[in-house]
Amino acid sequence: MSAASPAAAVPDADADANARRRRRLVGWMALVLVAGIAAGLATGAAGFSPRAFWADLHAADAALILGQIRAPRTLGAALVGALLGLSGAISQGLFRNPLADPYLLGSAAGAGLGVVLVLAAASLGGAYISLATVVWIERLGVVAAAFVGALTGVAMTLSLSRGAVHTLRLLLAGVVTGVLLGAVSDLITVASPDALRGKQAFMLGSTSFLGWDALALMAAGLAVLALLVQRYARALDALTLGEDSAASLGLDLGRVRLVLVLALSLGTALAVSQSGPVAFVGLVAPHLVRRNAPGLHGWLLLASAGMGAALLLVADVLSRALIAPQELPVGVVTAVLGGGYLFWLLRQRTAP
Amino acid sequence: MTPTSRHRRALLRLLGAAALAAAALAASPAFAQPIVVRDDRGTEHRFASPPQRIVTMLPSLTETAWVLGVGSRLVGVDRFSDWPAEVAALPHLGGLEDAQIEAIAALRPDLILASTSSRAMERLEVLGFTVVRLKSESHADVQRTVKLVARVLGTPERGALLWQRIENQIDAAAARVPPDLRGRSVYFEIGGGPYAAGTASFVGETLARLGMKNIVPAALGPFPKLNPEFVVRARPDIIMGLRREQAALAARPGWDSLAAVREQRLCGFETTPYEMLTRPGPRMGEAAALLADCLARLGTAGHR
Repeated sequence: MSAASPAAAVPDADADANARRRRRLVGWMALVLVAGIAAGLATGAAGFSPRAFWADLHAADAALILGQIRAPRTLGAALVGALLGLSGAISQGLFRNPLADPYLLGSAAGAGLGVVLVLAAASLGGAYISLATVVWIERLGVVAAAFVGALTGVAMTLSLSRGAVHTLRLLLAGVVTGVLLGAVSDLITVASPDALRGKQAFMLGSTSFLGWDALALMAAGLAVLALLVQRYARALDALTLGEDSAASLGLDLGRVRLVLVLALSLGTALAVSQSGPVAFVGLVAPHLVRRNAPGLHGWLLLASAGMGAALLLVADVLSRALIAPQELPVGVVTAVLGGGYLFWLLRQRTAP
Repeated sequence: MTPTSRHRRALLRLLGAAALAAAALAASPAFAQPIVVRDDRGTEHRFASPPQRIVTMLPSLTETAWVLGVGSRLVGVDRFSDWPAEVAALPHLGGLEDAQIEAIAALRPDLILASTSSRAMERLEVLGFTVVRLKSESHADVQRTVKLVARVLGTPERGALLWQRIENQIDAAAARVPPDLRGRSVYFEIGGGPYAAGTASFVGETLARLGMKNIVPAALGPFPKLNPEFVVRARPDIIMGLRREQAALAARPGWDSLAAVREQRLCGFETTPYEMLTRPGPRMGEAAALLADCLARLGTAGHR
């Protein structure tokens, strides 16, 4: 929990130093974002190549290849990362636990189930569900089904924990929901094995089909969420002192938690539905921010969004460049980067 | 401890004797020569007489046994075997990785046909069952498998005939591809994409036999996950894949620029025929005919 200690508690000299570190981190993140977007634009089916980018820019199909495909998926990766980073910071603040991630409340399992239902609808039709339902589900599409599934997962968790009053009960309910929904989608893939490949592709994450409309949706969501959680940043700061202290400060814990849970699940659902439950970004981004430039939640939430954007952008460029024109699932790259970072961090901590 | 294992050994010996007796009864003088085959893992198998109780653990092997005319000797199949309709009545014994060892052992098969990689099959081998492990990923694999299974079943001539029939079916399908479509480029999508069936894949081989060009070169492997830019750049003349995915092709960023999408030069297949297309088994001739049907339809549409 020490990682989340409020900066207000430290003396002035330290506060100054921390302010400097925060400014420096903002500079670094801006640099990585700009460089990442540039690299993303220069990474096509031929891999990373500025010269090929120059040729693409002057080719007849520049508007198509760069404008319709490469630009939106590059910016989209950053937006997905920002949503996951923000959601991860909310989750870690809310549960006062550095291991919390955006998928804790059942949203990833719910999204996975939604996708499996769409993929398996055709083969389940007639036998398990009515044909009218099949038509309805298929029209819904993978993206909408994942979004609805993610929100349904969180709704199940909330109803199981009877609201968001007890943190531990909420966590437990999230675990139970995740296991349950995951098992249901595994069952469906047993009955309809052709859904398995599609499910796997979704769960590993991909930015392949992000277009401008998806970007507009995510940008709007991110803006709304950022404004909303800024108003609750002080409440998260109070929560770091413990639930009793927070309550004694006059905080309506039940309401605050509910709003934050809803914000967290909306952000996660938006990101997951567009590009699958990309691993590790939501977990690692807040850690990176706290470690390099600790601060109050007003800073931490937004900086985690920026850090998530930078992380996923870099991971996406790598996933496209390493074996071009083939792609690695972006979730595998983030897991290797994020897992590698945590591995290194633990070694540092345990070294004499 | 010891008494039980002695009991078990005695029981096994008894069972073995019973199986031998059954085999001896079933064997006709024509099969006096033992059948010796080497499977795709290099294991040599010896059969005193053609097996009579067969379990198949791969849909394509079920189909092979059936088409070779020994469907009546099948006593169990894997979960995914769904052709012909008659196999629905047989016990389904799980998948390759979660095979129901007990249920399979209880059926006392004298031959288990399975693919090369499976932990469950190793367990069955340890239990003393004959497991012939066959690779089936390519046209050449199907040819080898068909002939080997036919030999094990004591009907080698049927294997040669079946392969000849498959070859004829593919040639007939190739002849039906409209001349102006021959040599056109195809993008065959697997699942929801952008995974492709490349030149090196089973469907890729069939497409090549039909005279079609694949936008995915063999060097990228059988089922690469592609950068969608690659597909849009390659401008495939025809897109093939699952029908339910094709409805949403135009919604993918930039894909509405593809002539194949705009002019609906698409071959969309429902799940069941799609399964047949991608299953390296004895129905690959039918699969080729299915592809030719679609190409013929696209050809006439183009002439209007």
